[in-house]
Amino acid sequence: MNAELVSELEVPRQRSSRARLVSALGPLTVLIGFVWAIMQPYRITLLHPHGQTFWWLVIEPPLLVILIGALFHFVVVPGLLEDLENADATS
Amino acid sequence: MQPPSEHVHWMFATGFLILGLCMLGEAIVGTEIWTRRRWRAYLWPSTLFLMGVLMWPVMTFFTNSTIHMIAHGSWAQVLMLAGATELALVRGKISSPWWRLTSALALIVSGAALLIHEQNGWFFQRSAFLHHLMGWTLVTVAVIPFARCIRPRSVGLGSAYALTFVALAVLLYCDRDLAPVFGHLSPVAGIPHR
Repeated sequence: MNAELVSELEVPRQRSSRARLVSALGPLTVLIGFVWAIMQPYRITLLHPHGQTFWWLVIEPPLLVILIGALFHFVVVPGLLEDLENADATS
Repeated sequence: MQPPSEHVHWMFATGFLILGLCMLGEAIVGTEIWTRRRWRAYLWPSTLFLMGVLMWPVMTFFTNSTIHMIAHGSWAQVLMLAGATELALVRGKISSPWWRLTSALALIVSGAALLIHEQNGWFFQRSAFLHHLMGWTLVTVAVIPFARCIRPRSVGLGSAYALTFVALAVLLYCDRDLAPVFGHLSPVAGIPHR
């Protein structure tokens, strides 16, 4: 076995509880939005758009919750996890 | 093209949800890590300030009485004050944690405005119930930013403060122009349109 190759293998890193918690915020928000949409489908006017006015089509609360959760997860969390891992590595 | 007032409530609910998630993120990872990237440090204070700015058009276009105008105007002012203070703290223009008392002031003024401008009882209809509930919630949780002045690094206080905004978002999302609350709807409130 080539010892040089073995040394290059990365050991899977254990995520800290803080990282797991902050990673869960976005998906949890999206899940809440989905559950809300299923429980109150009449709030999703895109499902029955005929005759709806502009604001009823644009502002749909369950979709907004899903959107915010997804944005937080894909825009804010990656950099935050990177910084958190760097901080954990240096400490 | 003016949105129905319930849609305005839902838009502000979305703003509070953004605030809540960002503040919860900051409470979990700590302020030091949260502020490592400048754009992230400015994210929720600028959202707070923007919500204050956007409250002015609400005051202008949704004024159906003097008391509504005063309530919306006071929310605009205190949201901008709290947002500007947080921006100044992030920027380093001010450093004392006691500046966060502006947030306590904002919560007390907002809560009082909600309670004063709601002229109907708790079970008149849903929006009346929510106004009362939000008013008392805001007045009560004003103690949190006050406590954060004493213990600014407390994870518990930071999380509680963040969850306050998430709770506000939930209450605002529940708002409807005309709807019953727990089966109660005053006969003089009108007929729910959907």
